Amino acid sequence: MSETQSAKNTANLKIRRGGPEQPERHETFDFPFEDGQSVLDALRWIRGNKDASLAVRYSCISANACKECVMRIDGRTGYACTTPLRAGEMLIEPLPNKRLIRDLVTDTLPPDERL
Amino acid sequence: MDQNVGQYLETDVLIIGAGGAGMYGAISAAKAGANVILLDKSIVGRSGATIMAQMTVAAAIGEEEPDDWRFHLKDTITAGRGLVDEPLAQILCEMAPARIWEMEDWGIGWARSVAGGNHITQAHAPGHDRNRCVYVDFLSTGPASSRTLRNQVRKYDNIRRISDLTVTDIVVEDGKAVGAVALHLESGEPVTIAAKATIIATGGLTSMYNRNSASANMGGDGFALGLRAGAELIDMEFVQFFPIGHLAPRLIGMDPIMWDPFRYKLGGRLLNGDMEEFTQNYGTAEDGKYVVTRDMATYAIVKEVEAGRGSPHGGAWLSFEHIPKPDLRAAFGPVIDRLAKVGIDLTKMAIEVYPIAHYHMGGLRVNDSLTTNVSNLFAAGEAVGGANGANRLSGNAITEAFVFGELAGRGAAEAAKGQTMPDIHDSARPYLEIITNAGARTGDGPNPTSAITELQKLLQQDVGPFRTGEGLQRAVAAISEMQAELPHMPTGGAIAFNQQLGDWFGLRNMLAVAETIATAALARTESRGAHQREDFPGLDEAWSYNQVIRADGDGLHISRGEVRQLS
Repeated sequence: MSETQSAKNTANLKIRRGGPEQPERHETFDFPFEDGQSVLDALRWIRGNKDASLAVRYSCISANACKECVMRIDGRTGYACTTPLRAGEMLIEPLPNKRLIRDLVTDTLPPDERL
Repeated sequence: MDQNVGQYLETDVLIIGAGGAGMYGAISAAKAGANVILLDKSIVGRSGATIMAQMTVAAAIGEEEPDDWRFHLKDTITAGRGLVDEPLAQILCEMAPARIWEMEDWGIGWARSVAGGNHITQAHAPGHDRNRCVYVDFLSTGPASSRTLRNQVRKYDNIRRISDLTVTDIVVEDGKAVGAVALHLESGEPVTIAAKATIIATGGLTSMYNRNSASANMGGDGFALGLRAGAELIDMEFVQFFPIGHLAPRLIGMDPIMWDPFRYKLGGRLLNGDMEEFTQNYGTAEDGKYVVTRDMATYAIVKEVEAGRGSPHGGAWLSFEHIPKPDLRAAFGPVIDRLAKVGIDLTKMAIEVYPIAHYHMGGLRVNDSLTTNVSNLFAAGEAVGGANGANRLSGNAITEAFVFGELAGRGAAEAAKGQTMPDIHDSARPYLEIITNAGARTGDGPNPTSAITELQKLLQQDVGPFRTGEGLQRAVAAISEMQAELPHMPTGGAIAFNQQLGDWFGLRNMLAVAETIATAALARTESRGAHQREDFPGLDEAWSYNQVIRADGDGLHISRGEVRQLS
């Protein structure tokens, strides 16, 4: 990410929060971004600067190698690290077909790799 | 306190970290008949450094041209600037060909040259005296390695894989490693694992720097685990910066070190902000091939930027504009299309690069069986210190993941054979308490997640590729202040998948490791390989020894160790 360029646009990330036992709740975070920044960039920024309790699984950080940051973005399944941000509201949700753990984290582990 | 002591597991061999070295270790330990627990703080076989690697693996298999492991060893020792642990490097180079062929048998699919008689292709990389580096096209070496090892690991019923489990401490009884305690991130529960032998395969520490090529979990965990368990660390001041990490334009979904294979195959030109070649002013001219070694290139780029001749984003230009389009296409096929999608046409534009933290030469001090000074505690892969001295030769990182992984797995299985299963219910208790206490700390205040960002900036600035006594002293003081704050930092309380609590344990490790790097770097008053002191330029022969660090209740102890040489 460039540190000398200034942000041009703002994404309003509407994020589904909470665990399986809690009523559905969304929280919106505004993230000013540069062209080319990804949804994962925004989520990591939120964890570091706004709310460290946001649960989101990632490992390789935008190398498109670990495939851990899979989630629902604007109603479609995708990787946060390869999905570019856009100006305006973006709906960020956990995978609907996996057991919800909390926030954006679902049980995506192979069954024989769980504790 | 009536605490939750969580699950209690038992195994012959416990492997901490499931990247290349950890998976290779699990396979060889299982093959030797041991029961294995292979765990990862992220997902088994998907985290760590191996899967990130897009480029090459050095091994003297002599497919491209005649070669011998002794030539590979000579190049490794030369690159290491007088500090290579030669017996370890010999193991690395001598055993490498067997691992490459084993991976071939397991179906990795090394790139082949059909025209030249259907042999495995070996590319040239800087510092090698001949074409020695195998790879999987296109930029798939790491993912293919991980996939191949994952498939092998799954074949063994005696390997239990566990993901999302963060080891927080190794349990030691009478100078012997007897297992570990861990935090299960999903539930927040502590877990105890009794083990006859333990292998640290957690990789390096590059995500401690804010410009890095690492995955999120390369925070130096294994070095801190070892240090707290009483193990010695070696060469901690030698952090390798990768000279041409991607800087601009922004790339999504690609590894920031992806330009290296382009350089191997096509050369390319490094240019300053005035679009002029400049590395010749720092010792080595570009000559159309990739010959400038990593420490030299890092130095040249940082100095050129400091002199005000950087590219617009504060780096150097890397240009392939002089390479004909068909040649680019032939060398990189689908990668050219992936770049086109993000608006990068290499025939029409240069990209910007800058040095990023890439690899750690230092690590756990081991003997030729990869055992640390703590009995039954082994190290494998990048976590091992010494084999690469002050500067790692290109292509040796995955090689050591394979070779040291295989060897440590075998050694740990052997060590486990003569022992009864330790009962660590009592000895694990104090370590379990650290987990329950940390997990209970709610409230406000600076949180560990943002403190990690702060530490990354600090290390980049003052313990980065170029160091001064003043900057290092500043770093040591700042690290000590953060260590004092650590026990009071809130961790978010009892919530599922509490990454903030995970970050607290990550920060705890990072601070312990940062202190060792800064302390060793401050002590070494010379410049050598990846350790460059602006106030002590030039290599000083009097410093031709390794610095060894251990910790006890009084803090760190740093001493000098003879560099082990082959007789």
